[in-house]
Amino acid sequence: MAEPVLSIKSLDIRFKTPDGEVHAVKHIDLDIAEGEVVGVVGESGSGKSQLFLGATGLLAGNGRATGQVFYRGRQILGASPKQLNDIRGSKITMIFQDPLTSLTPHMRIGDQIMEALRIHLKMSREAAFARAVETLELVRIPEAKRRMRQYPHELSGGMRQRVMIAMATACGPDLLIADEPTTALDVTVQAQILDIMRDLKTKLKTSIVLISHDMGVIAAMCDRVAVMRHGEFVEQGSAEDIFYRPQHPYSRMLLDAMPRLDRPERPGHAPLITVADREARPFLLQVEDVKVHFPIRVGGTLFPKYKPLRAVDGVSFELREGETLGVVGESGCGKSTLARAAIALLPKTAGRVVWCGRDMSETTKEELRLLRKDFQIVFQDPLASLNPRMTIGQSISEPLRTLEPDLSRVEVAERVRAMMEHVGLDPAWINRYPHEFSGGQNQRVGIARAMIVEPKLVICDEAVSALDVSIQAQIVDLILALQRKFGMSLIFISHDLSVVRQVSHRVMVLYLGRVVELANRNAIYTDPRHPYTRALISAVPIPDPKLERAKPRVPLPVDLPSPMDSRSALTFLKSKRIDDPDAVQYVPRLEEVVPGHFVAEHDPV
Amino acid sequence: MLSYAIRRTLGAIPTLFLIITFAFFMMRIAPGGPFDGERRLPPEIEANINAAYNLDKPLYEQYFIYLGRLAQGDFGPSFKTKDFTVTEMIASGLPVSIKLGLTAIVLALLIGTFLGVFAALRQNRPADYSVMTIAMVGITIPTFVTAPLLTLLFGVYGVHIFGLDITLPVGGWNNGALRNMILPVIVLALPQIAVIARLTRGSMVEVLHSNYVRTARAKGLSSWRVVTRHAMRAGLLPLVSYLGPAIAGLATGSLIVEQIFGIPGIGRYFVQGALNRDYTLVLGVVIFYATLIILLNLVADILYRVLDPRVRYD
Repeated sequence: MAEPVLSIKSLDIRFKTPDGEVHAVKHIDLDIAEGEVVGVVGESGSGKSQLFLGATGLLAGNGRATGQVFYRGRQILGASPKQLNDIRGSKITMIFQDPLTSLTPHMRIGDQIMEALRIHLKMSREAAFARAVETLELVRIPEAKRRMRQYPHELSGGMRQRVMIAMATACGPDLLIADEPTTALDVTVQAQILDIMRDLKTKLKTSIVLISHDMGVIAAMCDRVAVMRHGEFVEQGSAEDIFYRPQHPYSRMLLDAMPRLDRPERPGHAPLITVADREARPFLLQVEDVKVHFPIRVGGTLFPKYKPLRAVDGVSFELREGETLGVVGESGCGKSTLARAAIALLPKTAGRVVWCGRDMSETTKEELRLLRKDFQIVFQDPLASLNPRMTIGQSISEPLRTLEPDLSRVEVAERVRAMMEHVGLDPAWINRYPHEFSGGQNQRVGIARAMIVEPKLVICDEAVSALDVSIQAQIVDLILALQRKFGMSLIFISHDLSVVRQVSHRVMVLYLGRVVELANRNAIYTDPRHPYTRALISAVPIPDPKLERAKPRVPLPVDLPSPMDSRSALTFLKSKRIDDPDAVQYVPRLEEVVPGHFVAEHDPV
Repeated sequence: MLSYAIRRTLGAIPTLFLIITFAFFMMRIAPGGPFDGERRLPPEIEANINAAYNLDKPLYEQYFIYLGRLAQGDFGPSFKTKDFTVTEMIASGLPVSIKLGLTAIVLALLIGTFLGVFAALRQNRPADYSVMTIAMVGITIPTFVTAPLLTLLFGVYGVHIFGLDITLPVGGWNNGALRNMILPVIVLALPQIAVIARLTRGSMVEVLHSNYVRTARAKGLSSWRVVTRHAMRAGLLPLVSYLGPAIAGLATGSLIVEQIFGIPGIGRYFVQGALNRDYTLVLGVVIFYATLIILLNLVADILYRVLDPRVRYD
């Protein structure tokens, strides 16, 4: 067997912290062969990132790595900074999760790419410039020459990650370490980035280490997989072995917890409750042609000029009692804005919202305040959305104290304890503070706070997106169990189509503030009609290597265009588009193709 | 950018107007006047003087007369220093204060940023702790303590090291001779060095932990290059906001240092003017100082924009 590119032998990493020593990585052995893609999968805190930062000498000041690391037979652990710098950035390169903060904000991207070329390959300015442009074109950045002079903040998230990849490949590395390279990106952008990385593997024969928490991404890319937990590899093997014959219970748990787009019900978990004769149920919420526009300053010397940003631009939907509406779409599509406008947390520009047959615009401020008892919201970041100076008991009881002021203190305490038990929190924790809990536990607090007044509608705004998959699965189970018990309706907002499929009866797909498709849960996944829905669904990686690699890909025609440009709304209906960014454009109608299945007008696929 | 500068300048006019009004009436509320002495002047002379300086008119009328002259760029005559206008006095004191202040701030910047970056690179190690402790001491000891101490040490006793006799003048300006500037500049710079070192360390520590510094290190750049090219610019940004008011403060003269070292800067005029109720002189210096602060803050904001391309003011 040929010598591996990188060979890690019994590597240990320890951090000195005020609370004592943390043994973050324990006795790791790993070989990476020429041209191989190795996946390292694990949940947050498993030490998967530190493993490679340690191997390349990039640990924080309080970290220490011991063991052996060989790059092509040469020991690099503990090598001098000079020797390490000859390898780092030229032979072994890295890309990181958050491309905005990982690029130097005050340097033009061209300079950042050329820097490595000039230092490692001793290129002249002209040669480095030419190579940088070439590399940008390789990662499919349009107008590469012009981009060279731009700053990172002037690019979209996907573009920035391409710049990171270009920077990491410009010197022709042997090994690319990609640490959660697509985690912060939208699925369609993720699919493009994964495509580019596959290109690197086939065209340039670069070995790749892909660190990820997402089994789908791992399935799409990797030849070999290592599963990491608490600083140790619990299992290591070929992708087929890990995905089809997992030996360790933790690997099996990870695979089971992962929501799958091709599998609406998870084995061993309670299914979604069925909504019998939906048509007969009364409407809870009717949203009619709601628009939310934000004025954005577009110039003007002394007197500013404003242009509306159409965050939500004419959305209608109905929610019946006891059902769940999933709202999906990529970042900036207006899904959170829509939900907030629907329950009057944000003022709407136009349209009508009817709650239980009553027009919400006719309610007074005080009536609206009392109505809030019936619709509650659960936010994305559980820790940040709880007041750090209030005990969780105070946080959970607050809606009760404001909306049902007649309750005695004892009754309030009783209700809080009962609700804590419902959401799986020990009532004895009532006087603890949010920072004492994990993300999953804090999200249970958030859910308890929303459920305590027994609302008729709960909006989950990316409520499980920030959680590890195993925790995410538990929270999804909890939400379904609560719905079974209390029978509330849900609006479940997420960018993750797989989770939405598990919890929703109906699914609405948004694109730039408009509905492109609205259908029953299964119809939208098995029979998507709109080209955007198709692209979105095909972009979601499935944690099954054979299925994932065989499935057809439907690329999106463009990156997400600017919502300030009125032409963008007609990306899928170019035949009716007026070629002027400020023109009043045609508004595509929603057509009912099959009963209950609405699709926005679009050009034939 | 230009439109931003214009907007900000126009926005400064009401601020300045408020400051002038406030200072004008505050000055008049203070008991006594410029021509009250130990010996009362004969009534007819006093009336003549009051008439000459419009002090016999109602206060609001005086205020409008003052504003009218100010609009024509005339700060008026000094009430106490005969035959000098306020403009002339500022023009004679300002160069002295500026020379002293700028020298001090440049010195403070050089030493302060160096110490701050040095401490940040050795975060939580003995070198860091010693630099920060010394800086803390520098902030806590006021200039009216350091000035006499240094005067005593270098001026009165004289310092003898390596056979060199270092004795420095303890006061006077001597047309800005280097020997005369050393002590006041050191006294002015010491607290600034301390503040700048602490500011720099704080922001550099943050920047050195940022993701893009990690990227730069992963690119195989030397630590020198990582610090100078990738970290320093962002790390020094907080200094820009601090330097605007700091320069304005130092350049318009330190009241205490100019007084102690007997330096003819405008800080000293300001103190004397206030004590003597030299209305026009005090107002003139206040207006000048306010304008300078507003201008320097504008420059700082624009500089910020240049250093950090993400900042947009439109």
